[in-house]
Amino acid sequence: MADMRELLKLLGELDDQLVSCMRCGMCQAVCPIYGQTGLESDVARGKIALLEGLAKELVKDPKGVQDKVTRCLLCGSCAANCPSGVKALDIFLKARVILTGYMGLSTVKQAIFRGMLVKPKLFNKLLGMASMFQGLFTTPVNDIIGSSCSRWLEPVLGERHLMLLAKTPLHKDVPSLDTPAGKSGLKVAFFPGCLADKIFPRVGHAVLKVLKHHGVGVFLPEGQACCGIPALSSGDRQSYEKLVRTNLEVFAKGQFDYLVTPCATCTSTMKKIWPMMSEGMSPTEQAAIRELSAKIMDVNAFVVDKLGLTPPAPAADAVAVTVHDPCHLKKSLGVSVQPRTVLAMNPHYKVTEMAASDACCGCGGSFTLSHADMSAKIGQQKRDNIKNSGAQVVAMGCPACMLQISDMLSRNGDRVSVKHPMEIYAEGL
Amino acid sequence: MNDALKREFEALVGKENVMESESDRFSYAYDAAVLDPVLPGLVVRPESREVLGKVVKLANDNGLPLTVRGSGTNLSGGTIPKQGGLVVLTNALNKILEINEADLYAVVEPGVITAKFAAEVAARGLFYPPDPGSQAVSTLGGNVAENAGGLRGLKYGVTKDYVMGVDFFDVDGEIVKSGSRTVKCVTGLNLAGLMVGSEGTLGVFEKIILKLTPPPLAAKAMMAVFDDVNKASETVAAIIAAKIVPATLEFMDNFTIRTVEDFAHAGLPVDAQALLLIEVDGHPGQVADEAEKVEAICKKLGAQRIQVAKDAAERNKVWEARRAALSALARVSPTTVLEDATVPRSKIPAMMHALGDIATKYKLTIGTFGHAGDGNLHPTILTDRRNKEEWKRVEDAIDDIFDVALSLGGTLSGEHGIGLAKSKYMEKETNRATVLFSRRLKKALDPKGILNPGKIIGE
Repeated sequence: MADMRELLKLLGELDDQLVSCMRCGMCQAVCPIYGQTGLESDVARGKIALLEGLAKELVKDPKGVQDKVTRCLLCGSCAANCPSGVKALDIFLKARVILTGYMGLSTVKQAIFRGMLVKPKLFNKLLGMASMFQGLFTTPVNDIIGSSCSRWLEPVLGERHLMLLAKTPLHKDVPSLDTPAGKSGLKVAFFPGCLADKIFPRVGHAVLKVLKHHGVGVFLPEGQACCGIPALSSGDRQSYEKLVRTNLEVFAKGQFDYLVTPCATCTSTMKKIWPMMSEGMSPTEQAAIRELSAKIMDVNAFVVDKLGLTPPAPAADAVAVTVHDPCHLKKSLGVSVQPRTVLAMNPHYKVTEMAASDACCGCGGSFTLSHADMSAKIGQQKRDNIKNSGAQVVAMGCPACMLQISDMLSRNGDRVSVKHPMEIYAEGL
Repeated sequence: MNDALKREFEALVGKENVMESESDRFSYAYDAAVLDPVLPGLVVRPESREVLGKVVKLANDNGLPLTVRGSGTNLSGGTIPKQGGLVVLTNALNKILEINEADLYAVVEPGVITAKFAAEVAARGLFYPPDPGSQAVSTLGGNVAENAGGLRGLKYGVTKDYVMGVDFFDVDGEIVKSGSRTVKCVTGLNLAGLMVGSEGTLGVFEKIILKLTPPPLAAKAMMAVFDDVNKASETVAAIIAAKIVPATLEFMDNFTIRTVEDFAHAGLPVDAQALLLIEVDGHPGQVADEAEKVEAICKKLGAQRIQVAKDAAERNKVWEARRAALSALARVSPTTVLEDATVPRSKIPAMMHALGDIATKYKLTIGTFGHAGDGNLHPTILTDRRNKEEWKRVEDAIDDIFDVALSLGGTLSGEHGIGLAKSKYMEKETNRATVLFSRRLKKALDPKGILNPGKIIGE
């Protein structure tokens, strides 16, 4: 676009949402980044003021505003705590698209999103190859967590402790499924999400085991694409829409009551962001999005709310597990009780709450790469709360949080294992 | 601002604590008042009190206007800077220096967050009562500079009642000491009193000594439902006349009740014309006794229904409804103008009546709730500042609200401050001599006029 008038016009369309911020500043109390920096431009009020300033030509530096707007975890803490109900997340995602449209997408991101992510087969193949060679560059550091570190990759990844790509991704073991409803009378579509497919296939297997145990039919189609959030949060609407389309097509081929995912971020993207960001798509696609998004559920919420679980009493020697509430699960979808019920289904575990269980882990998708230091500082607080809970296991319904929390615990040399609630339930079956 | 001066500030506070890009500066151009943003020339964040003093001196040496900013939650424009001026952030000065349990006081830096302080004090078994609506993010320095109030004002007073001393920098960066750690202190002029509510126009706070008290042992909350605003207002007066001072005595009008109910589904009676939310606290015996009397008074004066909270959960429910009031109103329209003109509590019926007339006259939606017990109502105008014609009516309505409040023996602002928004009305409430006296005082203490110029007394 690179046309200032077009930029102002598009920002002007956000005006109805921007104007609802009354500048009370209550978002300062909950923003994880503001908690670290104390800078007004890091909190939602500051970002909204900057976007409004840009729209009204009081601020003349779109690049400066873009830098501020993207210093954000998209965790939604501000929106969840906003007295006047400002839809801060919607605003920031739309603003990212508008600003990227004006400033252009970096060549690296073009290569990643447009060259690779939108082509699921190629993406799977490339990562499959990478998984064969990654051992050459990395050294295992923590056997409980299963993390590694890499001196070779330090220039790119910093001091991060990595969770490596799985030797066999879920789609290799289980390329597709289409089983009828069993005793539950229900059938679900299963969207594992990239991380549960490629890094934590154990989570995907656990979900399938639990669904089978409850007699739930499963439709797992081949050719699933990323949910689109990495592209959208970089402002790449073109790749985002392509990914949404691919998924609409593969899931249109099945019949199911619900679509479940074990990833909080995928669930909230497909349920809330797909409908919100659909205005550029065709009426048929918009209708398909509406129909699909109504069926989407977090897998913990599905098994508890739709299957009706009755947890047994915990065993005397039960292992203490603490729960991290992912932002995209609790703040965005209001799911926080169900993961605890799922954990209670395994009598060998008992839940021990940590302080501030719903504080963000600091991952924020690519934020952890672009703002590594801040991400690690926020993550360190989460790690301290996990450690202080005394639990031997930390559970969370989001593989992205699992990556970040594995990294933080491993860097601290902690022997606390990181699991998805469905893994713990599946262990007991 | 010239580069050489910027580099001098950098040398004082460190490069990482100087913000000079346009987008950084624009983030400090506004506060919570419905006023236009004003772009400062530079923003600095001192990390020690010593450096804060040097920043003040450097600004004065260069005649640079300086606005101190805590969390920027001000509702009257007190933290909107001067064009091209300096914004000094206090949020790196956030240490609680001392909590003295034997002598019931605390010493804090200005950037300590109010709610964090109150929680820390509570953890030691003590109580810091001032609870402004923004306490989750507001700073104690800002509370003192604005003399912030809150829900507990009726019984426990406001911020000024808890300030035992303020040490502050004069424009030359010298520390001026005022007050003490003792209950009694008559040494010198009451400079601490002068600092409270001075909105950053007379000095820059270095540290603050705050009074603490033992917490009440018990509390009881109730909600009284009225079919007539007058009956509710009369009940307020009757409770006080019965020599009972509730910790909180809050009011909601019908529009606010309906809006809260739409938003929070708290089970509020939507056909009620007014609600009183009342809490008495103190010794358990006294609480039981007063709660009974308050209930009897409400009944006698025509409350249709009284709901006494039986446990903590029910008590919470009563206050959730009140806490939701502003949020619920704010969602109705794009712009929310929260006024706080205050009248003697016996004049609340007259004030409510006048607010109704003003809403009709200017065809505006006004929801009213607030601290009925201390006469501090919050008429809240729901509007859209982008609608120029309507905005003019809003401004005229605000003028009328002030005129009515003053004619009833009230004041322009109970707790939000004068700042930029209300400085033009100062003379209406006081007189010419008062404004001139204040200006002479300001001129003597701040000859170059660098300290938050334009606030309270104009320029």
